Amino acid sequence: MKFVLNVYLNAAAPPGGGLDHGRFLAAAGPSGELVGGHVCADPSISAVVRVRDGVVTVADGPYLPVPEQVACQYVVDCESRERAVELAALISGPIPGGVEVRPLMDSAGMEM
Amino acid sequence: MSAGERLGDLLRDLAPQVLGTLLRRYGGFEECEDAVQEALLAAATQWPAEGVPDHPRSWLVTVASRRLVDHVRSERARRRREVTAAVREATDADLVPAPGDGSPGDRDDTLALLFLCCHPALTPASQVALTLRAVGGLTTAEVARAFMVPEATMAPRISRAKQRIKAAGGTFGMPGARERAERLGAVLHVLYLIFNEGYTASSGPDLHRAELTAEAIRLTRMLHRSLPGDGEVAGLLALMLLTEARRPARTGPAGALVPLAEQDRSLWDAALAEEGVALVTAAMSSSPLGPYQVQAATAALHVQAPRAEDTDWEQIRILYAILGRIAPNPMVTLNHAVAVAMTRGPRAGLDLLASLDDDPQLARHHRLPAVRAHLQELAGEHAAARENYRLAARRTTSLPEQRYLRDRADRLDR
Repeated sequence: MKFVLNVYLNAAAPPGGGLDHGRFLAAAGPSGELVGGHVCADPSISAVVRVRDGVVTVADGPYLPVPEQVACQYVVDCESRERAVELAALISGPIPGGVEVRPLMDSAGMEM
Repeated sequence: MSAGERLGDLLRDLAPQVLGTLLRRYGGFEECEDAVQEALLAAATQWPAEGVPDHPRSWLVTVASRRLVDHVRSERARRRREVTAAVREATDADLVPAPGDGSPGDRDDTLALLFLCCHPALTPASQVALTLRAVGGLTTAEVARAFMVPEATMAPRISRAKQRIKAAGGTFGMPGARERAERLGAVLHVLYLIFNEGYTASSGPDLHRAELTAEAIRLTRMLHRSLPGDGEVAGLLALMLLTEARRPARTGPAGALVPLAEQDRSLWDAALAEEGVALVTAAMSSSPLGPYQVQAATAALHVQAPRAEDTDWEQIRILYAILGRIAPNPMVTLNHAVAVAMTRGPRAGLDLLASLDDDPQLARHHRLPAVRAHLQELAGEHAAARENYRLAARRTTSLPEQRYLRDRADRLDR
């Protein structure tokens, strides 16, 4: 099962600091569970694009103006939701928002 | 079958035999397995150009042994001298034509390898990956593609699995009688997982994954040849064949899932179905009953019905009741509830489902509301059915299942 781990940080905190990915990477990498990941830039430099009636508007800043924003994301492929939660708990640091463990959709399925 | 496919089949058939030979000579699962992979890759590149050698198996053993020496050479000198001497001797012996295929030794090697790859120290996902590589002869890239993860994710999964086996003291050989039954259970489960991974895949980006069903059937056939008298091995093989027989009818246009009751039965593969029915019938009359045989027997009853309405639901209900006794599991209860609904009315089925409400294994699972919706639809409770179809559609992580469940809900809106 694949999951995306959305790590939320307080955007008002000093940029670029505070997260320790070491234990998570040491667990998910050698076990063959880490599929990928990336660190997001500060939400203040992102843009929200909307198209209404063919008119494109671009607004600066994050989609939702809330203090906690996604700071990085990992994709893991692991045995169960419980294991994904266990891996998420290894990402430590001052994370007021926490880590969201979100299952990903799969293109396979059983007939019912 | 193209020449490339024939070559691929030959290499995959030889893979466990070559690995078995190396393991018996030198030991060291991790190193031997790597060496065999390299020899398979060398064959895959050289044989199409130079032709298949007269004794392909000896060729692979020789090349793999040399690779093993090359690797060991870069390690400790003492070990190097020993293994080099052993390999030189073995290489000379290999120039003598190999005995005919299918000797009992090969069958035992395959079995011992399956036991090793399904070692209890590993997670099921690692057992699956390692089995496909070491017994199935697939490359890491192929295993990665089949599971839709990058090779960089699959490679450590496989090497970690080999290290774990080593750390746990796993060795190449037959486990004792008592341990054997337990380990065989793990092997069957792994083969079942490989099959399901492929069967649930349908089309498009999933094509590499769909090949896993063929691989699972091939490996289970190999196991059945090793243990022809084991009813559960035969039962699992029958279950796979009977399920695979339905594949051509299980998806409609654009990959939409077609439920069993609505499938065009003329598309079912009659030869596979017939083989599956014969296998499970023979197994059930000669072996102690087990969960794979019972599941295969229900699949056989579905396949033997010319039309959905001809299905012998009473027999299926009895089989699920038996399965619930010998291998209790909430998923079995779900299927049992469907069979009860089909024989004693949807209300009786819904009553049985109510017993699963507090089951922790099914909390958040989409199958419970999906089955409940189906039975409520049968009972004419359309508003409740619609809500449960939508709840199930929200909970599933499968795109085609979600589409199916949403369609069922929408149908009730009309």
